[in-house]
Amino acid sequence: MSNKKIIPIGPYHPLQEEPELFKLYCEGEIVKDIKWETGYNHRGIEKLSEQKTFDQVFFLVERICGICSTSHPFAFANAMEEIADIEVPDRAKYIRTIIGELERLHSHLLWVGLAGHFLGYNTVFMWAWKYREPVLDLFEMITGNRNSYAMFKIGGVRRDITDPQIREIKKVMQVVKRKTDLLTGAVMDDPVIHARTKGVGILTKKDIADYAAVGPTARASGVDIDIRRDDPYAAYGLVDWKVITAEAGDVFAKAEVRLLEMYESIKIIEQCLNKMKREKEGDTEIQVREIPEGIGTGRAEAPRGEVFHFVVTDGSNSPVRHKIRAPSYVNIATFKKSCVGQTIADATISLAAVDPCYCCTERMAVAYDFASKERLYSGYELLDISRRKTEKIKTQKSQ
Amino acid sequence: MKTDKLADTIIAVFEKDLLKIDYLKETRLSVHINPGAIVNVARFMQVHLRLRFIIASAMHTGKGIEILYHFSDDATGNIINVQVVLDENKPEIESLTGLFTAANWIEREMYEILGINFRNHPNLEKLLSDGNWAEGVYPYRKSN
Repeated sequence: MSNKKIIPIGPYHPLQEEPELFKLYCEGEIVKDIKWETGYNHRGIEKLSEQKTFDQVFFLVERICGICSTSHPFAFANAMEEIADIEVPDRAKYIRTIIGELERLHSHLLWVGLAGHFLGYNTVFMWAWKYREPVLDLFEMITGNRNSYAMFKIGGVRRDITDPQIREIKKVMQVVKRKTDLLTGAVMDDPVIHARTKGVGILTKKDIADYAAVGPTARASGVDIDIRRDDPYAAYGLVDWKVITAEAGDVFAKAEVRLLEMYESIKIIEQCLNKMKREKEGDTEIQVREIPEGIGTGRAEAPRGEVFHFVVTDGSNSPVRHKIRAPSYVNIATFKKSCVGQTIADATISLAAVDPCYCCTERMAVAYDFASKERLYSGYELLDISRRKTEKIKTQKSQ
Repeated sequence: MKTDKLADTIIAVFEKDLLKIDYLKETRLSVHINPGAIVNVARFMQVHLRLRFIIASAMHTGKGIEILYHFSDDATGNIINVQVVLDENKPEIESLTGLFTAANWIEREMYEILGINFRNHPNLEKLLSDGNWAEGVYPYRKSN
C-alpha cells in the first residue's frame, strides 16, 4: 500500500445537486482501484413523497435533478396514469414530448461543453453553452421558467403551446441545428480529441449488462436500448426517429451518441410541432378525480438514461410507497470498470463521459499520499494534468 | 413475448415456488414467489428470458417486508415485478450480487432503510447515511 496514492474527488460542491466522494487509488500515474461514498446530501425524497398529495409530488420530483428536471415528473405521470388507467389527449402528448426533447438538447449541449472544458477545449465549452441559451429561452417562453418547468400533471400538461410559440420554437430549432453541425464538426474531425477520447474509459457490452447501465452510456457500447422506442410513452410512438448507437464503448463513442441524438431530438420536436397543429387548441388535459388503489411502474428516457418510478397507492391522495431510480444510480457504478487501468489524466474525462450529475472539476479536490498525508495535486492541478496531456498531443500532431 | 406467454413460461418452470401472478396491464406483470427461490428466478429472468434488472423496491406493509425486483424486457417494453414477502421480525433473503453487480448498491440501500439482511452480499454496509444514522432505526419501517 505504501506506493499507492488516494485521490479524492468530491464530496461536496455548493453548486452541485448530487455530492459524492470518489477515491481513486493510484500507483504512480495509473488508477488501480476506485471507491465511492454517497449520501452526503441525501434528501429523503422517497419518504417525503409519502407525505405529499399527488399534485405536490410533481413539484418535489422535479427538484431531484436540476438539469433533467422534467424526466422525473414524466416518469411519475406515466406511473400514475398507469394506475388510474387513463390516456392523455394527443395535444398533451405532443407537448410533453417537446418539453422532454428540448431538455435532452440543452442537457447534451451542457455535456459537450463540459467535456470540452475537461479536455482543455474552452472554445467548445463557450460555444456549447452559448448555443444552449436559446433552448433555455424557449423554456422561459413556454413555461415561464428556464428550469423546473412545472408543466406536468396527472392527465395532461399545465400550459398549452400557442401558435406564435410554435413558430418561435421552429425558428430556434433551425439555429440549434446549424450550431450542432458546427459542434459536431469541431468534435468529430479533431485529431487531438480523437487522441484524447478514443480507446479511453471503455465499457464493454458485458460491463453494461453487469451494471445494468442505461442511456447513452449503454448505447455507446452497442447496447440498443431506449425506453422511448422500447416502451413508448407520450408521442414517441407517433413520430419518426431512430435510436443512435455506437460500438466502441469509449469516451468518443459516448460523445458521438450524444451529438447525433441531438439531431433526432430536433427531428422529433419539429414533427410534434407540425402534428399538434391538427389537435384542438387548449385540449391539454383530462380531469382525473380519483386515483384508485394499485401499483404503477412509470419510466421515461432522460438525457442520461432510463428514469424509473414505482408508485403504490391505496385510494387516498398520497403515495404509500414511491421508489425512484435515477439513471446516474446505475451509471455511476460503472466507474469501477471505466477508470481502473487509466492514467489520472484520463480519469477526469472517463468520469465525465457517463455524464453523472456531478460534472464539475471543482470536485477534483486534492490528491494526497495515503501514508504521509502529503498533498500531491490540487483540484486545479488535476484539471491541468488533463489539459497538459491535450496540449502535448496537439504539439506532437503539429510537428 | 407477451406478458401472458411470459407468465405461462414462468408457471411451467417455477410451479412449486410460485404463489400468485398478477396481470396488471398488457405490458406489466407481477410474479409472487417464495423468497427462497429468488436467486433461481432472477437467474432465469436474466439468462433465459434475457431481461434487464432495473432496480428493486422494498416496503413495509401489513404482510411484512416486501421486495419487488423490477425486470425490463427491452425487446417488448414489458416490466416484470418479482415480488417476495419477508418476515418483518427477521427479514432475510439471498443477495443477487452473484448474478449482477447492479444489485450491490440497492441491496445496501434496502439493508439501510428497512434492515433487510442480504445473505452473501460482499459488502453489506450503509449506502446513504455513511454510518451517521443510529443503529437499529429503520426510517422506512411503518412504526417509525
